[in-house]
Amino acid sequence: MTASMQSSVGNPADSKRGMNLTLRIWRQKDPSVKGKMVTYKVTDISPDMSFLEMLDVLNEQLIMQGDDPVAFDHDCREGICGMCGLMINGQAHGPQQTTTCQLHMRSFKDGDKIDIEPWRSSAFPVIKDLAVDRRAFDRIIQAGGYISVPTGTAPEAHATPVPKADSDAAFDAATCIGCGACVAACPNASSMLFTAAKVTHLGLLPQGQPERNDRVVNMVAQQDREGFGGCTNIGECSAACPKGISMETISRLNHDLLGALRAGARPKS
Amino acid sequence: MPLDLFTVGDPIADTKAPTDVPIGERWSERQFRGRLVNPANRRKMTIIVVGTGLAGGAAAATLGEAGYKVKSFWYQDSPRRAHSVAAQGGINAAKNYRNDGDSVHRLFYDTVKGGDFRARENNVHRLAEVSVNIIDQAVAQGVPFAREYGGLLDNRSFGGTQVSRTFYARGQTGQQLLYGAYQALERQIAVGSVEQHARTEMLDLIIVDGRARGIVARDLVSGEISTHFADAVVIASGGYSNVFYLSTNAKGSNTTAIWRAHKRGAYFANPCYTQIHPTCIPVKGDYQSKLTLMSESLRNDGRVWVPKERGDDRPANDIPEDERDYYLERLYPAFGNLVPRDIASRQAKNVCDEGRGVGPGGLGVYLDFAEAIDRLGRPAVEAKYGNLFDMYAQITGEDPYVTPMRIFPAVHYTMGGLWVDYDLQSTIPGMFVIGEANFSDHGANRLGASALMQGLADGYFVLPSTISSYLADGPFEKVDESHPAAVEALQGVQQQTQKLLSINGNRTPASFHRELGQLMWDFCGMERTDEGLRKAIDRIREIRQEFWSDLKVGGDWHSFNQTLEHAGRVADFIELGELMCIDALHRNESCGGHFRAESQTPEGEALRDDENFAYVAAWEWTPESQPPVLHKEDLVYEYVHLAQRSYK
Amino acid sequence: MTVTHAGRRTPKVAKTNSVVKKAVMAISGIVMVLYLIAHMVGNLKVFTGRESFNHYSEWIRTIGAPALPPQTALTIIRIALLVAVIAHFWAAVSLWRQAKRARPERYVTKKAVAQSYASRTMRWGGVIVLLFIVYHILDLTTGTVNPDGHDSTPYDRLVASFSNPFITAFYVISLVLLGMHLRHGIWSATQTLGQSNRRRERTVTAFALVFSVVLTAGFLIVPFSVLFGLVD
Repeated sequence: MTASMQSSVGNPADSKRGMNLTLRIWRQKDPSVKGKMVTYKVTDISPDMSFLEMLDVLNEQLIMQGDDPVAFDHDCREGICGMCGLMINGQAHGPQQTTTCQLHMRSFKDGDKIDIEPWRSSAFPVIKDLAVDRRAFDRIIQAGGYISVPTGTAPEAHATPVPKADSDAAFDAATCIGCGACVAACPNASSMLFTAAKVTHLGLLPQGQPERNDRVVNMVAQQDREGFGGCTNIGECSAACPKGISMETISRLNHDLLGALRAGARPKS
Repeated sequence: MPLDLFTVGDPIADTKAPTDVPIGERWSERQFRGRLVNPANRRKMTIIVVGTGLAGGAAAATLGEAGYKVKSFWYQDSPRRAHSVAAQGGINAAKNYRNDGDSVHRLFYDTVKGGDFRARENNVHRLAEVSVNIIDQAVAQGVPFAREYGGLLDNRSFGGTQVSRTFYARGQTGQQLLYGAYQALERQIAVGSVEQHARTEMLDLIIVDGRARGIVARDLVSGEISTHFADAVVIASGGYSNVFYLSTNAKGSNTTAIWRAHKRGAYFANPCYTQIHPTCIPVKGDYQSKLTLMSESLRNDGRVWVPKERGDDRPANDIPEDERDYYLERLYPAFGNLVPRDIASRQAKNVCDEGRGVGPGGLGVYLDFAEAIDRLGRPAVEAKYGNLFDMYAQITGEDPYVTPMRIFPAVHYTMGGLWVDYDLQSTIPGMFVIGEANFSDHGANRLGASALMQGLADGYFVLPSTISSYLADGPFEKVDESHPAAVEALQGVQQQTQKLLSINGNRTPASFHRELGQLMWDFCGMERTDEGLRKAIDRIREIRQEFWSDLKVGGDWHSFNQTLEHAGRVADFIELGELMCIDALHRNESCGGHFRAESQTPEGEALRDDENFAYVAAWEWTPESQPPVLHKEDLVYEYVHLAQRSYK
Repeated sequence: MTVTHAGRRTPKVAKTNSVVKKAVMAISGIVMVLYLIAHMVGNLKVFTGRESFNHYSEWIRTIGAPALPPQTALTIIRIALLVAVIAHFWAAVSLWRQAKRARPERYVTKKAVAQSYASRTMRWGGVIVLLFIVYHILDLTTGTVNPDGHDSTPYDRLVASFSNPFITAFYVISLVLLGMHLRHGIWSATQTLGQSNRRRERTVTAFALVFSVVLTAGFLIVPFSVLFGLVD
């Protein structure tokens, strides 16, 4: 006998009956046409499946029927790459505060109706169905979300000690995976939590100080330019964030931005 | 060895490492002897970099900083998604901050030994030298490594070494290092030195006058297939664990870039060397799409066991202490639960094969924290492993504080890859391969926290230095899309794409992928036998036939078509799978992650055959129906003495 | 994907930094809150009787007399308030429009998770409060729409209005909305001005709640007293 991973595993021993679900999924061929919700039924869904595995099952069916499978973004399927992201029953990444790939079907029950939509923001145009283009986030990083240190120019790592508290807080902010749930959940479609996480991460470290003022004014200017909404401190972003990035980062961004403007920093045009 | 499976060609050797000086001076000597490109000329040279993980992202950023024109390609929406992001544990560096006797030489020695003496000494020594610069670079970029109360960097011991040389950022070291490289890359994109090609997949290599001069790539959004040209091509497309369908790799991770380059003439080295990680969450059902790793650090406090009796299906907590078999502690009293990955994985397989596995299908072993919770208290265990326990609970719906975790090995990393010389140049002049995509530094088994080190060493420091020696001959004659080689490559890709769409059979790409993966797992996984490998090769050939006659892919190629992307990748995995089995079959010894049942010690441990197999197997692609050609690179050990690994 | 693919990218660029807009809103809000505190304390003078209340109203108009011309201080206050209201309104409308542009296609299904009733009603609540202020000035300041007309004394106008249960009900609803607006507004201003953090969060939230309740109650006590005949 060989330890065989795939075929010998039948239904899980827990003997929970499979679920039958009604899905309403946003279908949109490309950005130039209008989309609409289309209803699909899936049957015998195991509660141990991940949400994306449930969509895999649907897509296998669609391909075999000669229909167009539902396009959705995903990659690592372990909650860290930030590629997946669906609006599930009106909540970014669904009812649990996690990534879509880590949402499991045990969060639903037999007979449920599930609405699935893409992130909606003019800064995240739909590519197809549930896949959107999030490169606006990259451009916000390009505007200043880095420390300018060309390879080979770095001083010895222990040259600058960093207080553990600052380092830990910087890490908390740095765990942002850039999935865009904050934008999706925000009633204003604001990218503030994303930008604030990076401003906080780099602003808390001594290495980030020389560019601190320019960084914040340029990143905020870029997020406005991308067409994101403004922050009105509602807090939907933080509640939807799979990494639990805190609203405190936004306060810190505001503080840094107003300080930088007072100090005369102005965005590059 | 039957001649029908492969033929043996001329030996191959690395000619770039200056072996006339002592090993500690070779890297600096190579840099000194290498030629430079003056800054004014760099602006005239274009370099294509495929992939934006630790190796590709770091290389693209560094080459951009140096003044080259860089074109960067990646298949995801953002360079920040590359699968390096998922690495958990840490990164090794010979800083000796703990004053515990670490040194460049010790890191070098540990890596060669850990690789079961199948890695090249020169490359590994350079890796150990460069490791210290990586930490400096990352810290300066703002990577928030764990720190102690004094504000200095913390270290931990990892992967069975006797020193603490692993730097880490909680369980997200890969993420934080990748973001450092990503931000450096975005900075170069902003200043215009790097041109970005998001959601674009390399599908072929263009060779002009014997030099790699460009790639054919498909824009995954518009579907457009086009040619891109450069003076050199760097491939950093990662590993090929997804040949097993289920692995800890990202769903999109694939072998296409290196496989198509292989078919253009780049030798593929040691394809059968795969690392199977012992602590993953077991498979739940046949819908399973990927496997999730639980950090190796869990084995520091968790105890691995299975019931003593076969088929004992009582709940774990109902099985009394004296009816449990803590088999790692029993078999390896010195290292216990901390034996290296390959050994822990194989023993888990053995107990499951005996019918003593636990959970669905009997494919799992317990990793039990009851003793640790008793000893340390639940809060201490929470503080150390809380995020991992949460992840486990999220995926399995079980509470690991109450019932023992169930774990099972899963494919995690591929040590094999395209053959490169000391300069990281492949057998195709002008094509360089870095990171997991090459074969160079880990031998037959990679140590924990060494993958991040190698990716960044290649990307930040090694490649940007060695590539100038090649480019000093450039800029090369201009090539455009009208060149016959470019036309031929473009048309080849278009034809293959059209073919995939036109078969219109009855099986989806995923169905072929699953079948191939199962076969590879069964016969080219943790234990390989002559008989099994032959069976696998025969079946893979059939699968290949069926694939090209019964595949079903809907839609067209002029739009966003994820099924089509998958189909192209599966086609390459099938061919690679066959080569892996041939390589595994020809290597009639056990070493590192490659365990041949025919070659074991009386105690059932891996038995190397240095007499016959102390070489790198570099495979040359041959056209349809001709067996691949094996080129051997002899491994010479001047500084590390060959010895049998023992963890008893 | 080198070429940006088709589709609506919003070409319209916000001219003013969105964070600056929020800061304008926070500062103008603070100006108005300071005024509201004074206003509420002044209102309570109604319990000291008709004479005293009318005298207080007269005093506001003659602060600094005879050194300063009549109504100097009041005019300054009124200008400051007008500027604050306009700035607050401008910032709100501008952010609102930015938010509209940022999500042209709405969700078919959207669930609010973190939003409080107060934060959700900031915009419509703000508009209602604005309309209320206009009515309130026409009613009690100028007397234009007051049952007693503009010739009456402040005290009489107040009693006349609040004796009418419908007018009182309108005041009550508007003041409760104002209270909620303040509750979220105070927390929001601290956040916008970069003064909130994890340590202060609970204090700020508690302060915002207590402050809004006290202020609203302080305002509400007057119309209720009139309605129930405690003041006549």
